[in-house]
Amino acid sequence: MLDIKNLHAGVEDKDILKGINFHVNPGEVHAIMGPNGSGKSTFASIIAGKEDFEVTKGEILLDGQDIIDMAPEERAHKGIFLSFQYPVEIPGVTVTNFIKTAINETRKAKGLKDMPAGEMLKMIKEKADLLEIDRKFLSRSLNEGFSGGEKKRNEIFQLAMLEPKLAILDETDSGLDIDALKIVANGVNKLRNPKNAVVLITHYQRLLDYIVPDFVHVLMDGKIVKSGTKELAYELEEKGYDWIKEEVKA
Amino acid sequence: MNLKEKLISSFLAFEDYLEDDSPIHDLRNTAIKNFEVKGFPTKKDEAWKYTSLNSLLKEDLSVFPKQESAIDFKDVKKYFLHEIDTYKIVFVDGIYSSFLSSTTHEGMDICLLSAALSKDKYKPIIENYFNKVVKEDSLTSLNTAFAKEGAYIFIPKNKEVEKPVEIINFYTGSEAALMLQPRNLIIVGENAHIQIIERHQSLSTNAVLTNAVTELFCEKRSMVDYYKIQNDLPEASLIDNTYIKQERDSVCSLHTFSFGGKLTRNNLNFYQWGEHCNSILKGITILEEKQHVDHNTLVHHIAPNCESHQDYKGIFDDSSTGVFNGKILVEREAQKLDAFQQNNNILISDKATINSKPQLEIFADDVKCSHGCTIGQLDEDALFYLRSRGIGQKEARALLMYAFANNVLESVKIPELKKRINRLIARKIGVSLGFDL
Repeated sequence: MLDIKNLHAGVEDKDILKGINFHVNPGEVHAIMGPNGSGKSTFASIIAGKEDFEVTKGEILLDGQDIIDMAPEERAHKGIFLSFQYPVEIPGVTVTNFIKTAINETRKAKGLKDMPAGEMLKMIKEKADLLEIDRKFLSRSLNEGFSGGEKKRNEIFQLAMLEPKLAILDETDSGLDIDALKIVANGVNKLRNPKNAVVLITHYQRLLDYIVPDFVHVLMDGKIVKSGTKELAYELEEKGYDWIKEEVKA
Repeated sequence: MNLKEKLISSFLAFEDYLEDDSPIHDLRNTAIKNFEVKGFPTKKDEAWKYTSLNSLLKEDLSVFPKQESAIDFKDVKKYFLHEIDTYKIVFVDGIYSSFLSSTTHEGMDICLLSAALSKDKYKPIIENYFNKVVKEDSLTSLNTAFAKEGAYIFIPKNKEVEKPVEIINFYTGSEAALMLQPRNLIIVGENAHIQIIERHQSLSTNAVLTNAVTELFCEKRSMVDYYKIQNDLPEASLIDNTYIKQERDSVCSLHTFSFGGKLTRNNLNFYQWGEHCNSILKGITILEEKQHVDHNTLVHHIAPNCESHQDYKGIFDDSSTGVFNGKILVEREAQKLDAFQQNNNILISDKATINSKPQLEIFADDVKCSHGCTIGQLDEDALFYLRSRGIGQKEARALLMYAFANNVLESVKIPELKKRINRLIARKIGVSLGFDL
């Protein structure tokens, strides 16, 4: 589904990603771990199409099609979803109106008519229930005055509504208490199916107890330096990253 | 002959044609002399530093329309808040249109100034209120000199006006270029309530310059909601001089929606004469091309324990220019004041300009006064966030602009008007969004 080959990217004269190879098949869950400043969030933003970064080399293929020159909205229409580490507050636009706009703009791009209001309402209700979101929350301004946990839950609510092919969750576990983490993880698990895939970006192994990855990768200094199964995450939790640095040097 | 000379010589003919016993005969004569001395304001005047009338004054403006023009309701229906029942005071080229209007004298007066000026029974009111709260500046004086028509509203004590009043001035373009001087006098009695919507609408591409004066008296405990819709054609210019006198415990809110016109200057003046007054001034300005809007506000706090809130949002595209000059003047007696002023602007294009100038003059020592001003671009992170959810660039920008302006709309109390303004904003921003604004 997602095929990234020798990806180099950065801002102005600073390289951040230095040759990433990354492959995701439908139905898989991948975790990307790594110390602060290793390039994890940059990697996620580049897949979603953030224009602040320049891709200098390599390819990002989604279902065989290079998406590097595509606008963020086109990538979204093709099924890429990024759950933000820091969701932006937008006063004046309610959660409901925002999600309606997002769904109908995506449908429009696919040549479909707007989703009938009744159907939309039913879906909103279902997904809000799945994530144990209070109905009142939906008529509030997008992320404005939300707690860290509410913002993350709102991101997963959008994920549930938009049903993307590839979901990238950037530090979704940060700011969540254990109950909220369970609700969010449960939501993500219920949305999984053999046709979609999840990429989890995280510092901690904690999230991976609830969303179990098929593969774990370590990103360090702009490169994936080690890949393994979920056991690798436990090892990192226990020993930190220093031993990998040593391994890379050797 | 330049416009000033033309106006002064026209005045003689104008006075001849009016009846001599007009209660404002002397006022007019004093006013024209004052205008003659002061002339039109220039950029040398501090208050006009960023707005030049030069190009407007060069037009060969007619001072009186030569013929009366009739218009069909169906052609102008869209300019009325036709979804609901309203009182209507309508003028066509400065002349009252009884056909388009819907006035009343039942328990209150919602009618014309010309009637109030000519009938004896209104004489005491004219003497008590007319020209009593205005500044003696040149443009107001010019209007006073030529004042003969406009809206006259008198709401007696304890009366709640059950439907909004629309004051609409249409220009048919019967002259190649026309100057108009509408004059409104509005008195809202003790504990009375009223909602007023005012607009000036050009119906042709001929130039028009309107120099309007509105005097609004808010008596004790009255509540007034005033909405000005400025969405005129690109050839129309407006100088709006509004003076509001508030007595104790009155609440007056005034919203100005500036979306169109060539040059718009809003001289908006609030005077708080009694304790516990609340003045609310809000504005949304969305401009493009070479449009120019200048908000020049004054809130004069004279009595203690009052409040004022100002919130103006501006979005400027192309080579449009905006000015916000907000003055809060606090007299020594006006203790325990809570005054707030905010002006936020977004510049969409590199060529757009905004000059924002807060002015606070405070002579009292126990007051809370705050002001803030921002000038920026659309938030790139917010744009990326919206686009990453599948919302196209244009729509995402529109959504952010809408969100930016939205909190000013929240205080619009007439639902149909709110919908109307929402639609105007959507059209102005150039998109239809996926939800009902």
